[in-house]
Amino acid sequence: MDPLRDPLRDPLRDPLRDSLRDPVVESVRHLDLAELPLRSVNALLHGREVEGLAPLAPGEDVVLTHPRGAHAVAVGLDSPRQVRIEGHVGYYAAGMNQRADVVVDGNAGVGVAENMMSGSVTVLGNASQAAGATAHGGLLVVHGDAAARCGISMKGVDIVVGGSIGHMSAFMAQAGRLVVRGGAGDALGDSIYEARLYVRGEVASLGADCVAKPMRPEHHEELGALLKAAGYEDDDPAAYTRYGSARELYHFDVDNAY
Amino acid sequence: MQPHDLAQRGLRVSATYDPATIHDIQRAAATGVYDIRGGGAKRAVPHFDDLLFLGASMSRYPLEGYRERCGTDVVLGARHARYPLHLDIPVTIAGMSFGALSGRAKEALGRGASEAGTSTTTGDGGMTPEERGQSKHLVYQYLPSRYGMNPDDLRQADAIEIVLGQGAKPGGGGMLLGQKISERVAGMRTLPQGIDQRSACRHPDWTGPDDLTIKIAELREITDHEKPVFVKVGASRPYYDVKLAVHAGADVVVVDGMQGGTAATQDVFIENVGIPTLAAVPQAVQALRELGVHRSGTDAVQLIVSGGIRTGADVAKAMALGADAVSIGTAALVALGDNDPRWAAEYEAVGSAAGYYDDYQDGRDPAGISTQDDELAARLDPVAGGRRLANYLRVLTMEAQTIARACGKAHVQHLEPEDLVALTVESAAMARVPLAGTSWVPGSPGCPGAGHGG
Repeated sequence: MDPLRDPLRDPLRDPLRDSLRDPVVESVRHLDLAELPLRSVNALLHGREVEGLAPLAPGEDVVLTHPRGAHAVAVGLDSPRQVRIEGHVGYYAAGMNQRADVVVDGNAGVGVAENMMSGSVTVLGNASQAAGATAHGGLLVVHGDAAARCGISMKGVDIVVGGSIGHMSAFMAQAGRLVVRGGAGDALGDSIYEARLYVRGEVASLGADCVAKPMRPEHHEELGALLKAAGYEDDDPAAYTRYGSARELYHFDVDNAY
Repeated sequence: MQPHDLAQRGLRVSATYDPATIHDIQRAAATGVYDIRGGGAKRAVPHFDDLLFLGASMSRYPLEGYRERCGTDVVLGARHARYPLHLDIPVTIAGMSFGALSGRAKEALGRGASEAGTSTTTGDGGMTPEERGQSKHLVYQYLPSRYGMNPDDLRQADAIEIVLGQGAKPGGGGMLLGQKISERVAGMRTLPQGIDQRSACRHPDWTGPDDLTIKIAELREITDHEKPVFVKVGASRPYYDVKLAVHAGADVVVVDGMQGGTAATQDVFIENVGIPTLAAVPQAVQALRELGVHRSGTDAVQLIVSGGIRTGADVAKAMALGADAVSIGTAALVALGDNDPRWAAEYEAVGSAAGYYDDYQDGRDPAGISTQDDELAARLDPVAGGRRLANYLRVLTMEAQTIARACGKAHVQHLEPEDLVALTVESAAMARVPLAGTSWVPGSPGCPGAGHGG
């Protein structure tokens, strides 16, 4: 199937959407960002006391409504709970996430899940630039497309993109795995270190020191597990190409100048 | 052979092709790679040495030296943060990474700073338990590479410093050569051990001042608006950079001049990019004044100046020009024991000399400071090193107080440009103070050449 025509790319037709909409939870707090200041909502999510609001119980899940493109929604979370954001978010949604599972039911702006340490962030729509930038751990799933610099300087995170990614993605990517069901823009993996990239579609061009590598059994297994974790278990890992570092820029040399 | 003897023989040094330049050409031809070194600009540039204070006399009352109170405390970041930094002295320790420095050196910096009542700063590569444990006030740098960037460390920091650049290399990223990428350094930075590591020169998830506004807001949200946010720039266009940083929401702006050190950068970069500290300070202060946030009370944005601060006179001069505090890096390392003559033979063995050593990139520092070699690092006793640094910080402070009292000031922050004159036309123009013995401030309104002063 042409990955660019894959129905899973359209979040409105994404079969995962319904299952994510109704998480099985015992207690859910609804917080309306049209009524509450972002500062109060984030403080509450950090376990802080906020005047006029009951503190969140451990593990109590949260639904945030009317984000209306606000920046820094649900940033700095550091406890296990599910947080669902109903609508589009601006820059840095779920930034530096630890242990929480965040779902954005909409599109995400620049730097979604930047520097995530653990937990998961799922974007049902598209993501702007620098999705998962510098993230050290956890799982970021973007069911739509991700723009330029997806996974830039990634340091251990796993990223699965249902659609395609823009140019300069995985720039200086140090560790972790980036899976792209569609294609990739120019200069994929420029100056990459030890991250592993799996792309099913066309790659416009590879960046400095990034090369295609053979898919060995352990890579099929790894990719299969990532696809399954993101809800794409029906994908055939054999349809993907692995990219990684040629490791020729690891030491300064006069012949390394690009 | 001494230069005098050579001159006696009619041999004349070329100003253009001096021996160091000839050596550089020969080295480049032999190796095919550019020279990488540590430290800041070595070329002579107008500096604080070119300024003098006008002590009190008939028209100014001095304060009694040593005895009368002369305050030195400074509050950083009260503009937005719930918990601003309250420091006893206006001399802070600049960001230097674990990786560039040994863990014991970072510990020593923390010990010395804490004993003197001031702050120290992390660096590229993250926060180590040694420095957090020994630093009463610790500023956590937020750098383009985000090596070791951890929200837990962010939350346990006392302030956050977003680094856009540094004076030694405005526009350049970091560099740490493979010999210093030990197992621990590699682990903290998520890099393979032993590779030559480059740090990114631009932040991965924001570009430009509008994005910086949003990034600062994110960091405040993550830390529940508790911590001051600094923005550090390498001095190149400080007037514009400071204005943009303030607009973006910075509580404190750090301006680092070209004499500021680095752990490793190309020599050509260090010597040819950026502007001197002296030239940067008045521009930064002008920006703050025009925005109404220079020493303006609770909404003030503090200015920290770094790059070539060595003496209490430098501290006093920077503050007289409008800085609220200064930072030291190279001088702090010297206080710990860098370039100590006791290691003279070993400096010679690595091709340098005590007083000249700048191969911080090399990892073979005889003083055990800029190294990840355990045997070398063991040469620095962090307790003794911290004590030396605290002593040095006290001397800087007492020297600045001495000058402030002589100028009739009951607080070092009361020093002002009116207390200064310049020795050269260049320094007068840069510092915007009169040439000594005249009322001429080159470039200022009413003076010849007016309109070129910015």
